[in-house]
Amino acid sequence: MTSAAENDDAIIKVSGLATQFGDVFIHEGLDLTVRRGEILGVVGGSGTGKSVLLRAIVGLKRPSAGSVEIFGEDFYAADETTRRAIERRWGILFQGGALFSSLTVTQNVMAPINEHLNLSFALATEIAALKISMSGLPPDAGAKYPSELSGGMQKRAGLARALALDPEIVFLDEPTAGLDPIGAAKFDELILDLKESLGLTVFMVTHDLDTLYSTCDRVAVIAEKRVIAVGPLDEVRASPHPWIAEYFGGPRGRTALSAAKRRTATAAE
Amino acid sequence: MSAAAFSTDLHEGVLRLSARGEWTARGVGPIDRDLRAFEDDAVGRELLIDLAGVERLDTAGAMVLQRVLRACATRTDISRFVEVSDPHQSLLEQVEPHLAPCFVEPAPRNGFIMMLNRLGEGVTETYFVALEILSFIGLTLTTAVRAILDPRRLRMTSIVHHMEETGLNAVPIVGLMSFLIGAVVAFMGAKILRQFNAEVFTVELVGISVLREFGVLLAAILVAGRSGSAFTAQIGSMKIREEIDAMRALGLDPMEMLVLPRVIALIVMLPVLAFLAAMLGMVGGGLVAWTTMDISPALFLTRTKETIVMSNFWAGLIKAPFFAFVIGVIGCFQGMEVRGSSESLGQRTTLSVVQALFLVIVLDAFFAMFFLEIDF
Repeated sequence: MTSAAENDDAIIKVSGLATQFGDVFIHEGLDLTVRRGEILGVVGGSGTGKSVLLRAIVGLKRPSAGSVEIFGEDFYAADETTRRAIERRWGILFQGGALFSSLTVTQNVMAPINEHLNLSFALATEIAALKISMSGLPPDAGAKYPSELSGGMQKRAGLARALALDPEIVFLDEPTAGLDPIGAAKFDELILDLKESLGLTVFMVTHDLDTLYSTCDRVAVIAEKRVIAVGPLDEVRASPHPWIAEYFGGPRGRTALSAAKRRTATAAE
Repeated sequence: MSAAAFSTDLHEGVLRLSARGEWTARGVGPIDRDLRAFEDDAVGRELLIDLAGVERLDTAGAMVLQRVLRACATRTDISRFVEVSDPHQSLLEQVEPHLAPCFVEPAPRNGFIMMLNRLGEGVTETYFVALEILSFIGLTLTTAVRAILDPRRLRMTSIVHHMEETGLNAVPIVGLMSFLIGAVVAFMGAKILRQFNAEVFTVELVGISVLREFGVLLAAILVAGRSGSAFTAQIGSMKIREEIDAMRALGLDPMEMLVLPRVIALIVMLPVLAFLAAMLGMVGGGLVAWTTMDISPALFLTRTKETIVMSNFWAGLIKAPFFAFVIGVIGCFQGMEVRGSSESLGQRTTLSVVQALFLVIVLDAFFAMFFLEIDF
């Protein structure tokens, strides 16, 4: 664990990452560090491999070169046991929620609990109920099947499942996509709340500028197969790169910025 | 780091629970039973929970501590947590409003009543499904009539594509199966007929059974399994992705674009497959007759010509378009019935094959009775 001691606040360290589908490289020489306790927003145009980066970090897409270090362990070089141990320390919210359709919401949340912890049924349900409530779902949602829930509730249920094992890192793949603005804002608040109270590190792939402004501590921009800028939002926004300029300077970027300014102004009052 | 543990003592009427070690989801598992027992004993007492010895706390641990406090404490002004560090305090506060129980499954009901319920549902559903299939058949027929009156509405490309998919591509499997069945029938017949010295009747046995029944039935069964299910899956997944709704919204008729080409392709191709199956069945039977009974191919053919009436052949072939219609309509109907999830797609695909096979066999029985009555 020497590397962990050297670089204490790096919880995920991606270096020299290359991923490819057939002959097509998605990433090449990509470096990215996620610090403990921060919310990192990953942005980029469609097809730049934001979700692929997430999948490469969590072991769903094997990179063709480079390393992914999580909690100070090289994930792809580690043996099966170490990997399992690492996997228990993170939670993932997939884009569509990816809830198991044949299980109720509570059973979905209980699935990882029952698999990884040897708990009595009563305690497991209590923990599941806690996570469901913390994710902002009403108690009667627990007995429902995913198909009976709205899109926003499915995301919340997915988040509850991601939080089931009290993870240290939560990966969110487009958490607010497909939600109405009110639902999306509430989801942003929820993530901030949970990060504050549980001390989570959040790795978030997003398209949503409002989410970036309201939640993220740092932003990483992916383009040209690598991370072209990373840092606090204000720094990244000042970058001269044409894509970044267009992203933040476009009409939507400006609207989100003024909305964020209004929010901070009202908060200051 | 040490495992979660707790100890209790009673001091001046106030219970004190001292928690030690790692109060995490993993840690509280083993002591949960003891904690519950403690809760039962301590109901209504004043309780102090001392967290001085807690090394780690997560939401699960905090939840359990809050539960203990809530279960015991009636006088919350006295019962409380003591010796809590700041991060632990915030966790405890974070968890506190979320202690409401949650349902795991929809409320269970009386098993016997549920069984009666399902039975009743099944009966009424059969009735409604029959009605729906009939109306779907009607819809298909009216669409067909409209398309025949205005042939531009027939999608030739689509029809030819499905003819290849359902007909041409099924040739190897249908041919092989019927060849084998013909051979098996000949074997069985030869073995039994030999006892009566009537081996030569094997020709009639093979000819009549293969031409009248086996050829067309085998082809229909294979096509129901191959193409009926494929129709359901194709149309069903289009339904899930809202493609069907998109078609309707754009003024395209899914019956005309999806259902009719498939049904027409099947109606054209199944007779061809049935013919092929019948011929290869005869070949299989003839080959066995030749190798095991010294009935030469020439003898087999002459005897076939002399004794087997042509009506056997037509009786088999005439059924094929009807079977094809049933298989195609059921496949498309079930595809259209897919709702929402991919689970429903799976169910419908299974249903499509089962219903198509069922109806094919029923139809075959009706044909048998009908041909018997008219002496065909």
